[in-house]
Amino acid sequence: MSFLELRHVTKSFGGAPVLHDVNLSLVEGEFVAIVGYSGQGKTTLMSLIAGLLKPDSGEILLEGKPVSGPGPDRGLVFQNYSLLPWLTVEENISLAVESVFPGQSAAERAAHVAKYIAMVKLSHAADRLPRQLSGGMRQRVSVARTLAMNPRILLLDEPLSALDALTRATLQDEISDIWLSDKKTVILITNSVDEALYLADRVIPLTLGPGATLASPVTVDLPRPRDRSTLNHEPEFKRLRSQITQTLLGYSESRKTTVSRKLVLPDILPEDLDQPRRSGPPRRPHEIKRENVSI
Amino acid sequence: MNATLRNLLVNTACLAVGVLLSLGFWSMLSATVAKELPTPAATWEVAKPYIVEPFAKRGEQDQGILRLVGYSLGLVAKGYLIALIVGTPIGFLLGLSKGFARVFDPIVQVLRPVSPLAWLPLGMVLFLSTGRQALENGALFTIAICAMWPTVLNTAVGVRAIPQDYLNVGRVLKLSRMKMLFKIMVPATLPYMFTGFRLSLGIAWLVIVAAEMLTGRTGVGSFLWNEYNNANYGNIIFSILTIGVIGFILDRLMSVAESRFKTA
Repeated sequence: MSFLELRHVTKSFGGAPVLHDVNLSLVEGEFVAIVGYSGQGKTTLMSLIAGLLKPDSGEILLEGKPVSGPGPDRGLVFQNYSLLPWLTVEENISLAVESVFPGQSAAERAAHVAKYIAMVKLSHAADRLPRQLSGGMRQRVSVARTLAMNPRILLLDEPLSALDALTRATLQDEISDIWLSDKKTVILITNSVDEALYLADRVIPLTLGPGATLASPVTVDLPRPRDRSTLNHEPEFKRLRSQITQTLLGYSESRKTTVSRKLVLPDILPEDLDQPRRSGPPRRPHEIKRENVSI
Repeated sequence: MNATLRNLLVNTACLAVGVLLSLGFWSMLSATVAKELPTPAATWEVAKPYIVEPFAKRGEQDQGILRLVGYSLGLVAKGYLIALIVGTPIGFLLGLSKGFARVFDPIVQVLRPVSPLAWLPLGMVLFLSTGRQALENGALFTIAICAMWPTVLNTAVGVRAIPQDYLNVGRVLKLSRMKMLFKIMVPATLPYMFTGFRLSLGIAWLVIVAAEMLTGRTGVGSFLWNEYNNANYGNIIFSILTIGVIGFILDRLMSVAESRFKTA
């Protein structure tokens, strides 16, 4: 039986279809990456799995049970970190731990929180407020907060897309290490094919909307732990990358449209200054041409 | 000369220019159009006993200026506190519940522009049964109801402006209603609430003068009115300046408090 299953999930906002007939099945411990263009419903898909949104039709099952609302069993790492700005790093994580493990004593909780802060290497910044942290550090706090809830499945919604390339690489390594050490089921949403291939067991392209859906998955059979520097020269990595990139580019190819627009050539007749100045269409209508532009 | 010192000197010089120009205009007025208006020097002479002995108590109305201010501030503090205690929860309800807003928002919008002078008689009628305390309670009621609106409206706006992300965090963590309110909603609204608190305090201080004038309760406002009746016109100006300075100080204090609660 699959661990997480989406069956014919459809979602639209105000009549405009966003996701149409999405089917997905994950086994426990799997790392799946979903890649796609911006604005095509990736975050919507994640919110559906997290239970923040309800699908219009279809169902989402976690371990056979339908998802009815948000809950700490699905740990969502938000794209924009969503740390509470009035709480320190420690308090932010503590708030999550408190609500998920209400039975803990204060000392147990403090140890639990400290462990996850250490896991993302932020022990030195535990007492800082989010605004005193860099973007990468904030995202690490967000990851630590989610991991500390000990969720059954980790939902990473473009967690790294707001970061600079170097921080991004470091955090990719950290996510990879964390996954290797406790083998949680992970869904990562990203717009970077390289990131998806570096981290995931399976990469699933999201087609273009309106009414986007998941395309057929690509299995990544690269040995772990993966090494960023050698990966780039691996023929299998190159093949997969070009395959996925071609698939994604193919979608945008099929969407090429032709726009036809009016082109008014300048009127170059010398103006008769005795006549009152006139606006409106050019005096000679044959100077209006049509132009076809393909995007 | 370093930059901060120079800045300070420039600011002081500008302030002095402003004060001198105002004093000049005032002197000109009292010398030309308004013969009854005391000159700055005459005003100083009249006000002097109230300033040099700020805590003196020579009679019911004849008291040092700070003592008078103290009476007024005491009443303002009480009325303002009531305004906050009543206004903040109403603001939260308006911001949280569409139904509540639909029912009560029109009423708030109608009551809000009503002048303090209009509330005062109603306040006294409301507390007629309290006998001699009716004046005081009426004034308190007026301060509270007039000062309440900025707190109500700013809190409501603040609650509606809580970022969905923060609420989502709460939903994912499955926080209880109480925790959602006190761990997420209240801190997220706090900056707005403090803006409301600051405006409310300004209004409370405005209202006190009117309330004291009408009820005759001892304080800066009634002092001003009595001195008008006693034809001590210099003390009218002195009272106005006092009220202005105290209001300014209160506003500064609140804005310091406000900036401490700025998040994000």
